[in-house]
Amino acid sequence: MPPPNRAPAQLMTARDLERTLDRMAQQILERIDPDDARAPTEAFAFVGMQTRGVHLARRLQARVREQAGVTLPLGLLDVTMYRDDVRLQLEQPRIQATRIPFDVTGRHLVLVDDVVCTGRTGRAALDALMDLGRPASVCFLTIIDRRHREVPITPDLVGRSVPTLPDEEVRVEVEEVDGEDGVWLVSSPPSSAPEAR
Amino acid sequence: MAAPPPSDAPERPAALRHRHLLDLSTYSADEIRHLLRTAEEFRAVLERPIRQVPTLQGTSVASLFFEPSTRTKLSFNLAAGRLSAETLSLSKSGSSVTKGETLKDTARNVEAMKVDVVVLRHSSPGAPHFLARCTDSVIVNAGDGAHAHPTQALLDVLTMREHVDAFEGLRVSIIGDITHSRVARSNVQALTTLGATVTLCGPATMLPVEMEAALDVRTTTRLDAALDDCDIAMALRIQMERQDEGLFPSTREYHRQFGITLDHLRRHPDLLIMHPGPVNRGIELSNAVVDHERAIILSQVTNGVALRMAVLYLLAPQRDRPDASAA
Repeated sequence: MPPPNRAPAQLMTARDLERTLDRMAQQILERIDPDDARAPTEAFAFVGMQTRGVHLARRLQARVREQAGVTLPLGLLDVTMYRDDVRLQLEQPRIQATRIPFDVTGRHLVLVDDVVCTGRTGRAALDALMDLGRPASVCFLTIIDRRHREVPITPDLVGRSVPTLPDEEVRVEVEEVDGEDGVWLVSSPPSSAPEAR
Repeated sequence: MAAPPPSDAPERPAALRHRHLLDLSTYSADEIRHLLRTAEEFRAVLERPIRQVPTLQGTSVASLFFEPSTRTKLSFNLAAGRLSAETLSLSKSGSSVTKGETLKDTARNVEAMKVDVVVLRHSSPGAPHFLARCTDSVIVNAGDGAHAHPTQALLDVLTMREHVDAFEGLRVSIIGDITHSRVARSNVQALTTLGATVTLCGPATMLPVEMEAALDVRTTTRLDAALDDCDIAMALRIQMERQDEGLFPSTREYHRQFGITLDHLRRHPDLLIMHPGPVNRGIELSNAVVDHERAIILSQVTNGVALRMAVLYLLAPQRDRPDASAA
């Protein structure tokens, strides 16, 4: 018999998430090189990974704008076409929009995702970005690092590192999609296909 | 800043419930919309510096073309290549087909080579349905006789979607040899499923009246009636090889009665012109109409690759599927 679903445990409240984003925006600002002759809008950009990463990137973009007065460009990335498990799923995953309204070549990119686990999504995202051009650098930012890495991908900026069990799942919820901000730890239903993150 | 594009359907991912693409008669509006949305994302890939993604690495796609075709075959092979799938193709000449091998045996042999998807063009209506029953591969119909040409219809609908807001209330007229046109039949299915109104127009000898009742369309033998209150006119290719059958007196007379000219475009200032190609200039469309800015024929061709990428992506079988051994 599968164990009954545990009640979800809240890892971050809306306020915690806000403070984490405040701190991360600060860390991004520190990376802007004052000696770079180019304007920050030419040298930097956010790339939000579908779906939650896009909304988190928008918030970071807004915070950077408040603090430094610059609006860094923001792109949307869907890595479905680059995933290594496309043909292992029960049905073909839905492809979402990829919209990168700037040239990635020569730019410092901040790649934003909600949760990193196996690292496979990050691997796919790097391949996708490299096909679009040759970025000057990619900084991988994630709100939650829940461990269980299967490929050597390490986030550069981590909101919180949370050791989890393999059958658990971390859900970062954002108001724009889920109606509420916060991070929850839930045990995934026993039969569900492993969601590679 | 780009807000997530609000799609015209609820957020629920409408998965494809079909294993094959044989014709569009059983495809629901949700499934067609899912195919179109997926194709739109692949269209974006075609505009990138590197127009290839690794999505279908390790998948093999065989195109079996038992009837001549340039664009459809090229388009499918290109689509498979853009998805990093492996392609092999077989055409009628120079293969065992001319040696008398049956369709079933050819397909079973191809299947025994561990092919995942078979793209089939055949002169017999129902040939893809037959293969779907007797082999284990995923079958994509690339045109079977006068029956169906689903990917052409889907790419036509995809092209329309670039130019119109909604299919509900959209009025499309299809003009030409309706009797022999698989393109017309598949387009009627796709368009009526999506909520558009379709008018079929052509010489009485090429316009089966039964279609009106069977397919929920309007028919007319007068071009003016077809173009009045019409948003998009799709002219079909007149097949020169049918000239002998005496279906119309001459190509010149056909052009006079059913050819779309600049005069029509002037009288219908919002009308868009489509054509599945290859165009007979001066017959279905006058020379100036083919090159007119309201003729969206070339974007049909571009969309063809994106649409076929979506079809291959959504239908490619899962790798862990237990392989039924082909004898």
